[in-house]
Amino acid sequence: MKLFGFRGGIHPEGRKQGSADRAIRALPLPERLFVPLQQHVGAPARPVVRVGETVRKGQLLAAGQGNISAPVHAPTSGRVTAIGDHTAPHPSGLPAPAITLEPDGEERWIEAEVPADPYSLSPEEIANRVGAAGIVGLGGATFPSAVKLNLSRKSGVHTLILNGGECEPYLTCDDRLMRERAGEIVAGIRLIRHAVGAKRAMVGIEDNKPEALAAMRQAAAGHEVEVVAVPAMYPMGWDKQMIQVLTGKEVPAEGRSAEIGVLVHNIATAWAVQQAIGLGRPLVSRIVTVSGGAVAEPCNVEAPIGATARDLFEFCGGFQGEPARLVLGGPMMGHEFSNLHVPMVKGSSGVLALTRAEIALTQAAPCIRCSTCVRACPVGLLPLEMAAHIRADDLGGAVDLGLRDCIGCGSCSYVCPAHIPLVHYFNHAKGELASQEKGKLRNEATRKLAEARTERMERIAREREEAARQRAAKKAAADAAKKAAEAAKSTQTSEVAA
Amino acid sequence: MNLFSPPPLTHAPHAHAPVSVGRVMLTVMVALVPATLFGFWLYGWPALFLWATACVSALLAEALALRLMGRPVRPALMDGSALLTAWLLALSLPPWAPWWIAALGSAFAVVVVKQVFGGLGQNVFNPAMAARVMLLISFPVELTTWIGPGAPLPGFADALAVTFGGAPLDAVASASVLGHVKTEFTRGVDLTHALAGHWSLADMAWGHRAGSLGETSAPFLLLGGLYLIARRIITWHAPAAMLLGVALPALIAHAVVPERFGDLAYHLLSGGLMLGAFFIVTDPVTSPNTGAGQFAFGLAVGLLTWLIRSFGGYPEGVAFAVMIMNAATPILDRYLKPRIYGRDRKGQSLRIDKEAAR
Amino acid sequence: MIAALLSLTALGLALGFGLGFAARAFRVEGNALEEEIVAMLPGSQCGQCGFPGCAGAAAALVSGQAPVTLCPPGGRDLAVQLAAKLGVEADLSGMKANAPMTAEVREELCIGCTKCFKVCPTDAIMGAAKQVHNVFREACTACAKCVDACPTEATRLVPVPVTLQSWYWSKPVEVAA
Repeated sequence: MKLFGFRGGIHPEGRKQGSADRAIRALPLPERLFVPLQQHVGAPARPVVRVGETVRKGQLLAAGQGNISAPVHAPTSGRVTAIGDHTAPHPSGLPAPAITLEPDGEERWIEAEVPADPYSLSPEEIANRVGAAGIVGLGGATFPSAVKLNLSRKSGVHTLILNGGECEPYLTCDDRLMRERAGEIVAGIRLIRHAVGAKRAMVGIEDNKPEALAAMRQAAAGHEVEVVAVPAMYPMGWDKQMIQVLTGKEVPAEGRSAEIGVLVHNIATAWAVQQAIGLGRPLVSRIVTVSGGAVAEPCNVEAPIGATARDLFEFCGGFQGEPARLVLGGPMMGHEFSNLHVPMVKGSSGVLALTRAEIALTQAAPCIRCSTCVRACPVGLLPLEMAAHIRADDLGGAVDLGLRDCIGCGSCSYVCPAHIPLVHYFNHAKGELASQEKGKLRNEATRKLAEARTERMERIAREREEAARQRAAKKAAADAAKKAAEAAKSTQTSEVAA
Repeated sequence: MNLFSPPPLTHAPHAHAPVSVGRVMLTVMVALVPATLFGFWLYGWPALFLWATACVSALLAEALALRLMGRPVRPALMDGSALLTAWLLALSLPPWAPWWIAALGSAFAVVVVKQVFGGLGQNVFNPAMAARVMLLISFPVELTTWIGPGAPLPGFADALAVTFGGAPLDAVASASVLGHVKTEFTRGVDLTHALAGHWSLADMAWGHRAGSLGETSAPFLLLGGLYLIARRIITWHAPAAMLLGVALPALIAHAVVPERFGDLAYHLLSGGLMLGAFFIVTDPVTSPNTGAGQFAFGLAVGLLTWLIRSFGGYPEGVAFAVMIMNAATPILDRYLKPRIYGRDRKGQSLRIDKEAAR
Repeated sequence: MIAALLSLTALGLALGFGLGFAARAFRVEGNALEEEIVAMLPGSQCGQCGFPGCAGAAAALVSGQAPVTLCPPGGRDLAVQLAAKLGVEADLSGMKANAPMTAEVREELCIGCTKCFKVCPTDAIMGAAKQVHNVFREACTACAKCVDACPTEATRLVPVPVTLQSWYWSKPVEVAA
């Protein structure tokens, strides 16, 4: 098949051997699971269980609320022991609401009604079931999949692309999943294709995963699913890059891929869809790569949602030597964490314990304008110029240079010979801009409140005045009446007297 | 571990390519080695002394400037940028120039052209070329006293006298080809006659000629440039464009008026063109960011070089052309930006042809 | 002589026409600046600046009678924005760094006197007589009127707590050039 070119990108050292060669192993049930209520883009889920309640594996713990949200299910059977704050898998390390579950060790699944022929379900029904199963984009974006399916069906998608471009170094969870569960993935792909009514289904897999390619080709044979080898480079897993390489089409900056008739899902999402439709099992576990130079036995672990980083590291033989940095996700876009109790969520692709040598930490130097970052940027931005503007607190200038188009892939920081934290500058600026925007809205809202109050105060004063006037008038009227009455009385009396 | 006051964490990426500013500078220096050694061999000990003087004084000047500004000295010295500037300057000087020329030029390049503008990465003009222009204007005699390849090379002691003692050079002085031609023009001698006896294609090609310390050997400079392209330190855009910018007008003008304008080889192999194309217009700090910008930059430098050589008062124009275009770099950067993904050249979101999307 | 006269006259005419054209084409109505500045101010009419309401403060800012640092609820961010808008240098030495504040009622001290919510310009305090009052953070502009009104010093200003939603990466530490 003809592939299309793409600009930018980098070739970081893969460092995947350690975990890629070992089969996926299931994590033994930890003592406690901490299931966060927000594991997706959108509104957090609302708990529907109480503390002390016993739940079955797959039972609904918290329901999605609002248009863009996803429910959360019990990763195993057991007892809910707490609903409250727990450290969140977030760069801030701040706490967020989570449900604590104490497993009973029996792994009793809920009773599920499974259709005899899943392809007889209507597309709407598939989307509904995917939504009810709490499936979100497992490539890391964690956008609720059902929302994406419904949008794509409505706007008429002709091509379904499955993203097997696991381009982050160290991560091999998708690679292993494709090698070991290709059949289930292909079944999931066919279900998604059925749900959105796409004519064509393509799987893009980087050519540094020959075993995964072979397994997927074998499983896809006869199902009209094309498995395509794409060049291994970072960020090949960026959905828009995958679209460009496979179809040669470019998604408008202010639009979605559905507008050009393409829908992209991660291959792990396809697996989750198959589990949900074919077996009636909601998304309660995922494959997590445990790797890094400081991990004794790097491998892929099938972990229940809510298992902590400590559980995973301990299962993989613990640390060898002191890790210099712990990372959730891949080294390019993942974030550092310091609290080992951080739980795995639906979007957790890996936990890494990196050594000092691996992170290549050095002091930043002045920019020499070598424009290596310009050549590396897959979006076509000028990272050096944007960072210079942000450094001088000129956020508007950075926006004019295309800050809002930055995908935060970190390619620029990776190649910068001066070791300038370019993508850190960009994420700071994006946060600062969002905060300013929020502040502006808040300002507007408080101004309206103040105006409403002033108006109310004036009205009350007016009404009070009015009431006082009325009272005075009434009193005057009453007085007049009294006087008249008295006058009448006196005349009467006089009349009587007369 | 306190849940509520998390320690400051490091932003991604948590891996880095094995590159650093110091390594970039070092790679460029490695690329300069062949041409430099050739210069030493051709012009003898004085060339080596001049080069060493330039390097040492650049480091001293940088250290002094940083000290005065109260900035850390060590990291700036260790990144090799001052050394590289001095090296490039030395390569563009007459090989038997007195030591103070090199010292003054280096100090000027590092302090006035670089540190005053804010240090590494902040300078508007290429330090080596700005220093060379300053020297050429201030000390025209010292800067145009060339040594012909036939001159007897002095021994170590005599060489010390040449560089540090101010020994007169009249006996061995020679003119560069460009300079000779310019002088002959003023006497009304045309190009064909001026070049007779002063021009041998083979000698010119190998760099066997009167000229600056490290500018003469086209093959060795080309070798260094290709090495830098292979190591991805520079891209082909600016060098190719600069050579093209000189070659195109040279070809056309020579075809039209051969006795007035030099031919292709005359232009490509003389003066500082090769050094300029691979080591000066590729200076990242003072050249544009994008491939298109670098191409435009190189092309303009080439054209200006040819114009100055052909019509200007000075025989060589690389340094002037580079400085003029350095000043135009921000403009090129402003107008030659890459197209952002999903947007057109004007920055508007791409529009979709609904029918074509089917 | 004639040439110089003519060229200078022509130049003067051309430039004059240019200026005249620009004055018409890019004409700006009245006190647009003042309105823009009113839009930037918090609008709670708290009066801490000493001017009658935010509109009065805006008028004072435009006429240069008040410094850009006049608005305590707007804080340092607003001062920087105002300075940029008005094209003046802001003396930020007396201003606290970006730490948005909000009012807080200490339950153990609150006697439910209702004084604070009567003075709140944005209705950000909820409560009733003899009940502990509460601050609705989204509406609080940290104007400190409630702090002054409270008889038991139960209300005070505290920094707005950072949440998962409001957190973002701080600026990278400056590189020593």
